[in-house]
Amino acid sequence: MDLYSLTIHELQDLLKKGEVSAREIAESVFARVDAVEEKVHSYIRLMKDEALAQAAQADADIKKGEIKPLTGIPVALKDIVCTKGVPTTCGSRILHNFVPPYNATVVEKLSAAGAVFVGKANMDEFAMGSSTETSYFGPTRNPWDLERIPGGSSGGSASAVAADECIASIGSDTGGSIRQPAALCGVVGMKPTYGRVSRFGLIAFASSLDQIGPFTKDVEDCAIMMNALAGYDPKESTSVQADVPDYRQFLGRDIKGWKIGIPKEYFVEGIDPEVAAAVEKAMSVVKACGGEAIDISLPHTQYCLAVYYIIAPAEASSNLARYDGVKYGYRAQGVRDLAEMYKKTRQEGFGAEVKRRIMIGTYALSAGYYDAYYGKASQVRALIRRDFDEAFKRCDVILTPTTPTPAFKLGEKTDDPLQMYLSDIFTISTNLAGIPGMSVPCGFSKAGLPLGVQFLANHFEEGKLLQIASVYEKAAAIEKRRPAL
Amino acid sequence: MKLSTADVDYVAKLARLDVTDAEKEKFTAQLNDILGYIDKLNELDTTGVAPMTHAIAVTNAFREDRVVESLGTQAAVANAPDPRGEFFRVPKVIE
Repeated sequence: MDLYSLTIHELQDLLKKGEVSAREIAESVFARVDAVEEKVHSYIRLMKDEALAQAAQADADIKKGEIKPLTGIPVALKDIVCTKGVPTTCGSRILHNFVPPYNATVVEKLSAAGAVFVGKANMDEFAMGSSTETSYFGPTRNPWDLERIPGGSSGGSASAVAADECIASIGSDTGGSIRQPAALCGVVGMKPTYGRVSRFGLIAFASSLDQIGPFTKDVEDCAIMMNALAGYDPKESTSVQADVPDYRQFLGRDIKGWKIGIPKEYFVEGIDPEVAAAVEKAMSVVKACGGEAIDISLPHTQYCLAVYYIIAPAEASSNLARYDGVKYGYRAQGVRDLAEMYKKTRQEGFGAEVKRRIMIGTYALSAGYYDAYYGKASQVRALIRRDFDEAFKRCDVILTPTTPTPAFKLGEKTDDPLQMYLSDIFTISTNLAGIPGMSVPCGFSKAGLPLGVQFLANHFEEGKLLQIASVYEKAAAIEKRRPAL
Repeated sequence: MKLSTADVDYVAKLARLDVTDAEKEKFTAQLNDILGYIDKLNELDTTGVAPMTHAIAVTNAFREDRVVESLGTQAAVANAPDPRGEFFRVPKVIE
């Protein structure tokens, strides 16, 4: 048995029985990283020294009888969350040398729960992308087919879990950046409700949409990670003061009589037939477990992508104005004055996709265009949110595909930004409405690529997502395959 | 075409990006594609719809005005490309 292939709850059982040590688990994971990282490239930076010290601490705690929910569990962190003393690049040249003087709240929380940090996972530059191809540090590859992308922007976090280069990981989701790569890599991924998990120390992309969440190998592990991550943080002004339940209590509770909303707008032409078939099958499993499928409508679905591609770039153009070569990060050399330094630093420090989005956002916010673009988009966003409010009066959860297709090939969409954006078509509405969403594996394509089903619930109903996902996972009994690496 | 290369030039200036001529041309085409797609929103009549600016209802979050430990000057300038003592050094601003 390889320790690296196990789940959080399996490893915790072994640790509690004294059958393995945290050191052995960490060594197993790093041996796996040594064996496959060259092919997959999940990480921008490994934290082996720190991890072995944390594992030693975990073993000392266990000896004293102190086992916390993540004691000795190797976790990967998307390189967008600040780690004190450990470079945090956001996948960008402009932050290639940035060493945060503080930890993100999620890092503190995971540490407090006993986690061991394997490293900083690769990502699209500033989380802008759906394929992890825009990283300054080179692309990550899908462990199931190395010619294909792992999804994005949290591609490294997803591939690290799928390739057993960690036991669980952290990502961020602005328009699908956790759920889309989770689906394409065959792992579980959750975007919690806006405000549920603190974003203090998360490098900002689009502040009204960004949310941090976990990637795990199964649904039970997702509940364990959410227990560690969720909660109010006085350092984060959008974090919500609401009680956090013990998410494990929802696991396996039956869903008899639940109404499952099937939005007709998500089952349209253009969706890959194998994805449609797998999601159809997932629906029948949920029905067999006592759920009742009802047809619902989210009439403004077709406008989500357009709204997103105004709001996200507009907020990004403002958030990314701070990168000017003065206080941290990259600075261009050989300039005459301050204005030239700003322009050259940003020109040389940002990649093409980031510049493209800064340009869209700057244009949308510029004098004379604000009402036509940002104002209009914010109004349509209200209509999208209203669609969900209406839908959740009639159903408990909504079931949709996570992505329109399985993983595509590297380079396939890099020259056509609009085509790339369309791969997030089923995940974006969740962020606009601020509700929680979760992707769970629902089978494989004939070519052996993983597929995902997405569950959505109303604000702060992560428990419902874990409930239906755990019931579905058990009943569907999707074959436990592992990528051949 | 909604956006001309001159518009793109102007936006690049606002965004403090020193884009090359080749980029300018590429961005003009791509931004027009994207803005063309976004035009879809004008199909909708949104008269009287209150804009949504946040995913959840948030109001100003105040905390008590209490002195807590801060970063300190050294840590604050440690990442600067060109620090001098407690300051961030930059190229000259005016002639």
